[in-house]
Amino acid sequence: MRFERREDRPLYLMILTPLLAVVAALAIAGILIAIAGASAFEAYWRILVGAFGSRLSSTETLTRATPLILTGLAAAVAFRARLWNIGAEGQFYFGAIAVAAFGSNMLADLPAPALIPLLLIIGAIAGMVLIVIPIWLRLRFSVDEVVTSLILNFVAVLFVSMLIDGVLKDPSAFGWPQSQAVVDHAMLPKLIARTRLHIGFPIAIALAAIISFIHSRTVFGMQSRAAGLSPSGAVFAGVQLGPTLVKVACLSGGLAGLAGAIEVLGVKGYVTTDLSPGFGYDGIVVAMLANLNPLGVVLAAIFTAMMFVGADGMSRSLGIPSYIANVTVALSLLTMLVALFFTQYRLRR
Amino acid sequence: MNLLVDIVGSAGLWAAVLRIATPLIFGTLGALLCERAGVLNLGIEGIMTFGAMIGWLSVYHGTDLWTGLLIAALAGGVFGLLHSVLTVTLGLSQHVSGLGMTLFASSFSYYVFRLIVPVAGTPPTVTPFQPIAIPGLSTVPFVGPAFFSETPPTYLAIMIALVIAYIVFRTPIGLAIRMTGENPHAAEAQGIDPIRVRYGAVIVGSALMGMGGAFLTLSAFNSFFPTMVQGRGWICIALVVFASWRPGRALFGALLFAFFDAFQLRLQTAVQGVPYQTFLMTPYILSIIALAIMSRRARVPQALMQPYRLGER
Repeated sequence: MRFERREDRPLYLMILTPLLAVVAALAIAGILIAIAGASAFEAYWRILVGAFGSRLSSTETLTRATPLILTGLAAAVAFRARLWNIGAEGQFYFGAIAVAAFGSNMLADLPAPALIPLLLIIGAIAGMVLIVIPIWLRLRFSVDEVVTSLILNFVAVLFVSMLIDGVLKDPSAFGWPQSQAVVDHAMLPKLIARTRLHIGFPIAIALAAIISFIHSRTVFGMQSRAAGLSPSGAVFAGVQLGPTLVKVACLSGGLAGLAGAIEVLGVKGYVTTDLSPGFGYDGIVVAMLANLNPLGVVLAAIFTAMMFVGADGMSRSLGIPSYIANVTVALSLLTMLVALFFTQYRLRR
Repeated sequence: MNLLVDIVGSAGLWAAVLRIATPLIFGTLGALLCERAGVLNLGIEGIMTFGAMIGWLSVYHGTDLWTGLLIAALAGGVFGLLHSVLTVTLGLSQHVSGLGMTLFASSFSYYVFRLIVPVAGTPPTVTPFQPIAIPGLSTVPFVGPAFFSETPPTYLAIMIALVIAYIVFRTPIGLAIRMTGENPHAAEAQGIDPIRVRYGAVIVGSALMGMGGAFLTLSAFNSFFPTMVQGRGWICIALVVFASWRPGRALFGALLFAFFDAFQLRLQTAVQGVPYQTFLMTPYILSIIALAIMSRRARVPQALMQPYRLGER
């Protein structure tokens, strides 16, 4: 029995793959739910109802999906060029704290139409600042960026913790380490009144569309793809590997920083060290589930957000720990990897 | 200056160095074994978390401490088997499978823990390993309390480091592992089955990672809580590069790293006016610096991260 490379990849397989992967992940997680003594079908039904059962819960799910779309794009952009940026979590916090710093007093006098775009740009730049270190170490000393970008996540959270415990601390937060809040008019306008859904969601979708265009229709998109498929081939074709990777890194880090900025300006208004329940890491799953397709990222992010938002209510009513959402999401990354493999290979005996 | 001398001169510091180093020694050796056979195992962070959880849980449910450690090792081995299926048999991206393993193993740990142990104000505890005094040596002034009053798993970790160094460089098995990591095709030509070697190395390596995690809950602390591994797994991956894939240097690297960590912990209480986070950052920053310095000189196994399929070039 051995694996044989498929000559062609039928389109239906490419579309079915993520669906099969998700079904497989749900099936495995369903066994874990059953072992815990509940019906898997009921648990998933409650997750679905909890995430989309009402107008309010649907908007909550989309609000939760917003940072996941952006961190998912951050991972998709980087992974396409085989740049393993696993530092989205830290870049998210850098974007968030930069916005809190500039939006709470420094730029607070600007009117909203100038302030909000400026803050979003600042957030993106802050994300880029953090990714400079791993990309520089890779190009200069050929250090694997996986480890450095991962380790920098811990440094970034500690750095944020230091700032919100020090210079940026909100004096009115009863000693709780929390940053000063951004001024009211810096907050992103709501998309639907009396919900938390804000214009960050359409912004994220627009960015997915723009990146999809960049990937498929521009020279830079082709170069970054070539750098990922075959670095030596790319060099042979005249692609300058270093500058291409730096651009990819800036785009990736910028998107992750933007995710942090939008989460602060759209939802919280201030920064704590639990602002992100792992958005950076979940972005990796989102990107893989989407097979690195920017538009697919939107759907994958909504699926992931659905699991997280729905699991809370399900957990309260059935007594199954809400960590089952994290388990399912992580499993779907692994099943997706396997499913992707079988779009490329077939089993021969 | 006096302060620094005081810190370095205290037996407590050196005892702490060994304690902090233990999970790193287990983890680094585990990662090293996998990488020597050509497989990067980024599942380490999650496997350590799972080992910490399952080791603690079994002791909490009445097994003795050594059985807890063994169960953590077995659980680590099972995750290693899963990682092998993905990266060796299927030849998937070792980066992405490893990260997936970490996400899965850690969220699965939290799920199982939450399912079995209900939410409580203070987390339940077990009686951890107690330090054993080595007869004779532990009564020597300074040296005794500094180096010979550790818990048994610490001594075990050091012994395992020496055993692995011996196996890797002095036995046919070690040669097979190194060949598979350098050139699996050549290994196959010698009658070695690279697939089996990789499976073996990854399973045993992952078992060591599980033990490293269990040390945290069964010796360093006495309870389990989410995110307790705190990036130790990633630091181990960095230490493997620092050690240039040599077990002896891995032991030295883990001890050196633990020395800085123990040192900053004491400095933290001794120095006022500096935010404590600055001290907490130093171990992470140090490991990045170590990577930058050593990466060029390090001898990477040539077939690291290259999938091997029979009959495919």
